[in-house]
Amino acid sequence: MWGFVLRRLIWMVPTLIVISVISFIIIQLPPGDYLSSYIARLEALGTTVDQATIDALRLRYGLNDPIWVQYFKWLGNIVFDGNFGYSFEWRLPVSQLIIERLPTTFLVATCSLLFAWSVALPIGIFSAVKQYSLGDYFFTILGFLGLGIPNFMLALTFLYVSNRYFGLSIGGLFSPQYLNAPWSLDKFIDLLSHLWIPVVIVGTAGTAGLIRITRANVLDELRKPYVETARSKGLHPMLLILKYPVRIALNPFVSSMGFILPGMISGEVIVSIVLNLPTTGPLLYAALLSQDTYLAGAFVLMLAVLTVIGVLISDILLAWLDPRIRLS
Amino acid sequence: MTDGPIISIRGLEVAARSRHGMLRPLRGIDLDLPRAATTGLVGESGCGKSMTARALLNITPSPMRITAGSIVLDDGKTPPVDLAALDPDGAPMRAIRGRRLAMIFQEPMTAFSPVHTIGNQIAEMLLIHEKLGKRAAKERSIEMLELVGMPNPRQHFDAHPFKLSGGMRQRAMIAMALACKPDVLVADEPTTALDVTIQAQILELLQRLQQELGMTVLLITHDLGVVARTTRRVAVMYLGEVVEETTTEALFDAPRHPYTQGLLGSVPRLGSRRGKRERLPAMRGSVPPALAELPGCAFHPRCPKAVAGLCDVVKPRMAEVAPGHRARCLLYPEVLAASVALEAA
Repeated sequence: MWGFVLRRLIWMVPTLIVISVISFIIIQLPPGDYLSSYIARLEALGTTVDQATIDALRLRYGLNDPIWVQYFKWLGNIVFDGNFGYSFEWRLPVSQLIIERLPTTFLVATCSLLFAWSVALPIGIFSAVKQYSLGDYFFTILGFLGLGIPNFMLALTFLYVSNRYFGLSIGGLFSPQYLNAPWSLDKFIDLLSHLWIPVVIVGTAGTAGLIRITRANVLDELRKPYVETARSKGLHPMLLILKYPVRIALNPFVSSMGFILPGMISGEVIVSIVLNLPTTGPLLYAALLSQDTYLAGAFVLMLAVLTVIGVLISDILLAWLDPRIRLS
Repeated sequence: MTDGPIISIRGLEVAARSRHGMLRPLRGIDLDLPRAATTGLVGESGCGKSMTARALLNITPSPMRITAGSIVLDDGKTPPVDLAALDPDGAPMRAIRGRRLAMIFQEPMTAFSPVHTIGNQIAEMLLIHEKLGKRAAKERSIEMLELVGMPNPRQHFDAHPFKLSGGMRQRAMIAMALACKPDVLVADEPTTALDVTIQAQILELLQRLQQELGMTVLLITHDLGVVARTTRRVAVMYLGEVVEETTTEALFDAPRHPYTQGLLGSVPRLGSRRGKRERLPAMRGSVPPALAELPGCAFHPRCPKAVAGLCDVVKPRMAEVAPGHRARCLLYPEVLAASVALEAA
């Protein structure tokens, strides 16, 4: 088991190097760079920028260097100084920008995940065990509705209803008076009163898919002969379902968990924009729009690294759950 | 201790509604299992053997359920109980299942959960039915593994099913089924998925345990050789009914039902007097689907001896055609009399 983990860790190194090269190429691919789009915007505002200024700026940001020099500068700074570069747009270090938003991002993402799982797993199991029952149909319809309604639509509706009928301040994670206040019980309660909206919205979309997957997985397992064996032993039906089919139906879940980690950072951009959430999604979106090279690059790299780590975690979990992987 | 059968099945029917009509895999089974002996249940695929086994434990796969008849379990120590009348998921049925009536399955690979150790799955039986702690259950499970001839039982307790060979898995399955020393063991094709040499070992093991523990065994198989070797009485099934039931010797010496005769005739024999060029007589067709509703005798379309106007009209009843030998074929006057009498009534 430990050999397996070590082997996987060593393999991560070349993977990450390749990923960093590809990330850098991807962010350099669009024509132009931050300066050209910056100048275009200034000119649109009627300001003329003389060529000398432009050249000075290009030199300062190292935009005249060949691409591989830029790459090694970029990677060297990250590896040796933990310096992800400077955001042109925000005029702040990239790392500071991202770190500011990470706690809220993980808070929203973790809460929506827990919400989606705690709703979807029991319903999925119920739907499988009572296949084609009234309850199964009810939850299936509800699930498809959740899958079909676009998230931003749901977000707008929630905003409208919570403001119109409950008088809550809308958007963001805090009411204005708590935004810069130190932590207190009141601020925490205020956070909770805002948090449930994105959690429910983001969770609903995930829930529908999860219900379908759980239902299909458990249904597959319910037909397996070992379920009949367990029945023949006189095991309580509820305990039986939880110990055998559900346990084995969880494996596909765990193997897809690798993609949850990057999804936490990049996911739900539209909902976050609509709800004005201080998360990383909108930041990534803006960085890509304005060709904010180093900010976008840091994101792409971070997403790739998180994917690799996520896959490693899910492989380890899977090996732990399924002896056929661990022992053979 | 009474001398009557430990299990007596009467008029047992299992059915389910389907898109195409009523599925009726069991159409009125009458069968007695004599105490502390092995009874064979034979027939082609699709005749309802396995469903009979499942109905016995009241674990018919949904949406199949017992729709008529009774299964009386009388172990001579506790009051007789009709299993067919119990709720399949209820506590009384679950207390019987595994403890007094246990089952072993055809595919020891898939019949074990792949992600739990065999020890866990054997000990579970003891944890469900006997008030044992985890450690005591483990010790008992290891004893059971030893009893069924598992090498290194202590190490294999922690083995996962995929680490064991087919024969060892079937031994583990037997250890699990016998963990609570059940009165009745239902073995559904226990050797079909195994190599021939392993088959013999497993059959020998089952026979030895049956005698040592004084168990009643219902051995379900399509292999007549297995029946000849291990059983005292045999029932032959066709399309959800028992068509012949007698002692093993009588069945092989003088089969009465044309279906049984066909089954026995289609077994190849070494050194038979049949000429080299002669073909092995094979039975025509196969068992009709569980949906089929045939007038008269269910076997008449395939029967070489069918009499037009009789076999396709009158429903045959089970009747004694020789002492201790019952059959369901209108060619015997006893059956004809019983069937016509019932038709008239």
